[in-house]
Parts: sequence; structure tokens; C-alpha cells
Amino acid sequence: MSSIVFHQVSRSFDRGRNRVAALAAVSLAVAEREFVAVVGPSGCGKTTLLRMAAGLDQPTSGTVEVGGRQVRGPGPERAVVFQQFALFPWKTVRQNIEFGLKCIGRPAGERKATVERYLVLMGLEGRGAAYPHELSGGMQQRVALARSYAVDPAVLLMDEPFGALDAQTRIVMQEELVRISRLSPRTVLFVTHSVDEAVYLADRVVVMTSRPGGIREIIDVATVRNADGWHRFNMEDVMDRDAFVHLRTHAWKLLRDPAYRAATPIPEYLAS
Amino acid sequence: MGAALNGDGRVRAALAVAGSALFLSVWWLAAAAPHANALFLPSPVAVAVAFARFVHEPFANATLPQHLAASFGRFALGFALAVSVAIPLGLAMGWSRRVDDVVTPLFEAVRYVAPIAWLPFAVLWFGTGIGGPTMIIFAGVFPACLVNAYRGARFVDPVLLEAARTLGAGNRRMLVEVMFPAALPTIVAGLRIGAGSGWQSLIGAELIIVSSGIGYAMVQAQSSLETPIVISTMLAIGAVGAGIDVLLRSLERRLSRWRPTPEQRTTPS
Repeated sequence: MSSIVFHQVSRSFDRGRNRVAALAAVSLAVAEREFVAVVGPSGCGKTTLLRMAAGLDQPTSGTVEVGGRQVRGPGPERAVVFQQFALFPWKTVRQNIEFGLKCIGRPAGERKATVERYLVLMGLEGRGAAYPHELSGGMQQRVALARSYAVDPAVLLMDEPFGALDAQTRIVMQEELVRISRLSPRTVLFVTHSVDEAVYLADRVVVMTSRPGGIREIIDVATVRNADGWHRFNMEDVMDRDAFVHLRTHAWKLLRDPAYRAATPIPEYLAS
Repeated sequence: MGAALNGDGRVRAALAVAGSALFLSVWWLAAAAPHANALFLPSPVAVAVAFARFVHEPFANATLPQHLAASFGRFALGFALAVSVAIPLGLAMGWSRRVDDVVTPLFEAVRYVAPIAWLPFAVLWFGTGIGGPTMIIFAGVFPACLVNAYRGARFVDPVLLEAARTLGAGNRRMLVEVMFPAALPTIVAGLRIGAGSGWQSLIGAELIIVSSGIGYAMVQAQSSLETPIVISTMLAIGAVGAGIDVLLRSLERRLSRWRPTPEQRTTPS
């Protein structure tokens, strides 16, 4: 049981004397083992949504449930990957990955084995003794991913995890994430400002509007992806497919043009 | 780069030597000037001779190393006490708003009282034996250690605290494994400042209340007009103070091996 359900969630912040509504009555359900990406202009409350699922923020009204239980605070069954990596700079790569395992009380032998497994899985062999500052940004985010995956969370909450990486590293990490997601599928809520990234990674893409934040449309990518067989291609070729281009353009128009309404988000020739 | 640094290092070492040589020459000339009174300003040579003798010949009941050992022992006791109260309290203040609200006003009210101003009460409460001087050192070391532990804990990158929370860290682990190491560089900087002011305060206390130690030796030398001994004690105080700082700096380096060097920090990842 690891579905995420936002029910009529609103959140407002006090800005001096004003009260600013960040989210207004948002309802969204992420199914178990589903990968949902949220895109939207900055200030649309997408990060707030993720932080509420993490238990790092509380809704002003409405409820957030994970696995059928209301979220009241952070917990290791809901791992968060932060844009700033948030690695402990005084701990080595190994100690960073091990931290969560210690928190949930795994015995030393098991911790060691788990850490070694994730070092290999994330392509970090030989870097276990390095400190975070000795690694590139891409490597640091691999460590953060390993640290999150190592506690075996039912839910992964990723807040623009590749936003601080250069374009090439970003593509590599996106492909890595697809590979790892296939190896061990989780319920993922993925916040990004990149439409390409959202359409490439997610089963469904939630397009948000801003001020106050709300859901404009939810695009079903999985149906198209499976029909078009994207798993057979690498990322550049996926991004060249008509179906991908169509979905991406559709998402962009939703983001940019408040008057835009698409009759059929999925073209006829792909729906068969 | 390395060669440039070495060249730069050589220039700086030469400047340091030149500065000291200039100082010694002026001192020497002033002491050797006509009508100069050796009592008012002993020459560097007289001081060196007195210093060398003081190392093995007792003055004011003890040799220089014995006086220094007595002073350093007091200092170490007061320092250890102050640090073991200041660091946990500072971390607790950084951790909890409530503790902060209780302690900070009290602390702000007393922190500008010079350590030596506690002397009357130090003597009344703890006597002139080990207790009084220890309290003066405590008063010298405590403020800097507390302020730095507090600032270190208060300004830990919040995303690290959130990351630890989401990984399931409890309060104890948050304090010991996240807050403390994150604050450690700031804490050690506070130890260095605190050690300096503690050492200075101790000498002040020794000038007045005790019957051993380097400050005591200085007062005895002053009252018997042994000015070369006075300057010898000043030199010893400076040397030990600098030695304490060197020790703490090496501790700082050992504890911050995980931090990027300045060059690494400027390199974008």
C-alpha cells in the first residue's frame, strides 16, 4: 500500500500582511508503483505539494494520505530526493548511503551489504570513501538517489532532482532513473520544470497552473509510451518520436496558453 | 601554481623575519642609548640571559617550566569545564527556540562583563586555590564557545535537517550525527577564540590571587624590580598562548578534512 492521495488540499502562506494562496483545493491520486511527474510554472505550488507528501509541510485544509494513512510528519517510507542533493558533507559516500539504514535500525552486516549493492547499482564503484565535495554534481545526485533507495521506501518524492545538473549529465541521470525504476518500481512523485523530462520519465504528467496552484490537466503518457514502444529506444530517439513530440507540445501549450484546449490529447493513429 | 605559492611563501617568510629583526634592533638601540636605564628597559641580551637562567633556576619558588605547568593545569581545567557546559548548551539553544528564549537574554546581560571583573566573587565563592582562578578562566572561555556552538547549530543548512528527518532520524541522531558535525567548524573556531581569552584572563587572575604560575612569577619579578624576568614571563605567556592556538588549529584541520579547500570551492561541479 503506497498510493499517494491528495484530497482537496489547499495551502496558503503569510507574506507580511498578505495571505498568499499557494495551492487551492488540489485533488490528485498517484497509484501504487505509478510514476507521476508534476510540471508547472514556478510558484505553482508543485514543490509544496511534494513537501506535504513528505510530511515537511502541512496543508492549510484538506488531507494528504500515503498508503491510506494521513501524513503527519516525515518518515523513511517516503524518501525525498532534493534538488540540492542534501548530502551530509562530513560523511563519505558510504556513510551517506548508510545513514538512513542506521535510522531504521538495520544491523551492521546488512547495512554494509546494502551499501555495496547500491554503490554498484548507481555506478559509484570505487567512490565509496570519497567525500561529497570530491564528486561531480551528477555523482553527488547518484549518491543521494542511492541513499534514498537504500532504505527501500515505498514512495519516492523527487523535487527537481536533476535541476542543478548540466544538460548532458541530466540526460544520463534521466536514463539511469528509467533503468532503476524498471529494476525496482516504486510510487514516484517527481516535480520538475522540464516538460521533456516529465514526458520522458512519467506514466502520467500533471500540468499545473499558478496563483493559486491548481491542476490544469493530467496527461496519460503510459498508454502512448507502451503503444509506441519507447522502451526500445534511447532517450534522443524517444524524443524524436511523433508521439513524444505531440505530447510535449500539448503540455507546453497547456503551460503557456490559458485559452488552449485540446480536443484529443492522444492522436488517433496512436490510440489503437 | 605550486611554484608561485612557494615563491610567495618565501617572500612572506622573509618579511616576517625582517619585521622581527627590525623590532629587535629598535629595542636593542633604545636599551643601549646613552642615559638609558637598564631597569626601565633591559636589553634583549639581558632578557635572553634571564630567560635561560629562569628555565632551570627557581624564581618565586619555581622554575619557568614549573610556573607554566601550574598555569597550564589551571587553564586546562577551566577550559574543559567551560567547553563541556558551553557546547551542549549552545547546541540546545540552536536546536530549541524555547531554550534559546530562556538563555539568550541572560547571556546577553552578562557577556560584556570582562572575565577579570568576576574576580571578587570568584574569590568569595571558590577561594584563591584552584576554584577562583578556574572560575575566571571559565568566564573567559565560556562566551565565545557558547556563541559559536549556538550559531553553528542555528545556521545548519535546513535542507540537511530535512534530509535527515525524511530518512527517519530521531532527535538523538539529529543532534549527534547531523547538528553537531555540521556545527563543528564553527564550534572549533569558538574554542580558539575562547582559549585565547581564557588564557589572558588566567594571567590576570594569577597577577592578583595565587601563589604560583606564570602570572604570579611576573608580579614577584615586578616587585623585586627584576625587569628581565618580567619580560621573560611575557614571552612565555605569548609562546604558550600561541602554542594552544596551534594545537586547536591542528584539531580544526583534523576535524574538517571533509571540507573542500578554497580552490575546490571555486570549481563548479
